[in-house]
Amino acid sequence: MADELSCKEFVELVTAYLELALDELLAQRVAQHLRECEGCAAYLEQIRQTIALLGTLADSSTAPDSKAALLALFRSHVSE
Amino acid sequence: MAAKDARVAAGEAAILPDEDAALLAALRRGEESAFVSLIERYHAPLLRLAQIFVGSQAVAEDVVQETWLGVLQGLGRFEGRSSLKTWIFRILTNRAKTRGQREGRSIPFSALATPGDEAFEPAVEPERFLPADDPHWPHHWASLPQRWDELPEARLLAKETRAVIQQAVEQLTPSQREVITLRDIEGWTAPEVCEALEVSESNQRVLLHRARSKVRRVLEQYLAVAEDRDDGR
Repeated sequence: MADELSCKEFVELVTAYLELALDELLAQRVAQHLRECEGCAAYLEQIRQTIALLGTLADSSTAPDSKAALLALFRSHVSE
Repeated sequence: MAAKDARVAAGEAAILPDEDAALLAALRRGEESAFVSLIERYHAPLLRLAQIFVGSQAVAEDVVQETWLGVLQGLGRFEGRSSLKTWIFRILTNRAKTRGQREGRSIPFSALATPGDEAFEPAVEPERFLPADDPHWPHHWASLPQRWDELPEARLLAKETRAVIQQAVEQLTPSQREVITLRDIEGWTAPEVCEALEVSESNQRVLLHRARSKVRRVLEQYLAVAEDRDDGR
């Protein structure tokens, strides 16, 4: 019983598990728990989806105004 | 080959990636296209981070402008001890700090936030689990989390869902926001975030954990409500 992980513990370890920051023994217990627990497998999937969805928020466009201003800055700097 | 020569000529540490070295050499030669690629890569993320630091959009734009000026002025002195990206973001955090001090505003920096100071916030509401004295499954799920991979993709990717996530991020503490923005929105690696924000690996991880857990929770509530609404039709 002592080495059996609870779901309540799992949800606090999920980030360290994904970051490969757990020691080997604990990582094995987490993996074991995931194989046996449908709820925690679904939870992990939710976290993965959350991360993927956060990635869709990135907007790397630069407003044309600021781009023009920055280029002017660059030119004046180069010509100095 | 040329990039390598330039790097050796400039006396840079050999750790600088070739791509950075080539870009740096081009910038030092005054090539506009090199600066354009730098802007396209980093301007938007710089602005996003600056906004967390200083709060207002206008001040953030100022700080980013000052950052680019600092980059141009520092090009000659840059020694390549860190990546170009980390160096640029360091300039931003320094400018933002100076700006905050000048305006008598204290700026929330992850480096100053020790997650242990905050009260422990469980990743999931405790009532989602069976009590400790449950005879069969203590601390196991009382009701299983929903399988999101069974939801229609269109719902997950809907504009409304993304707005909910955006809002959830805005509700986080500033240091949690800094970390989740760089890690999950911008896609940085953990070491990059630690270096740019000057946080330890474990603090970075705790902040990321709390941030992701909260965003998941908000998303779960939203998706459950959306499901009910559909069922009721």
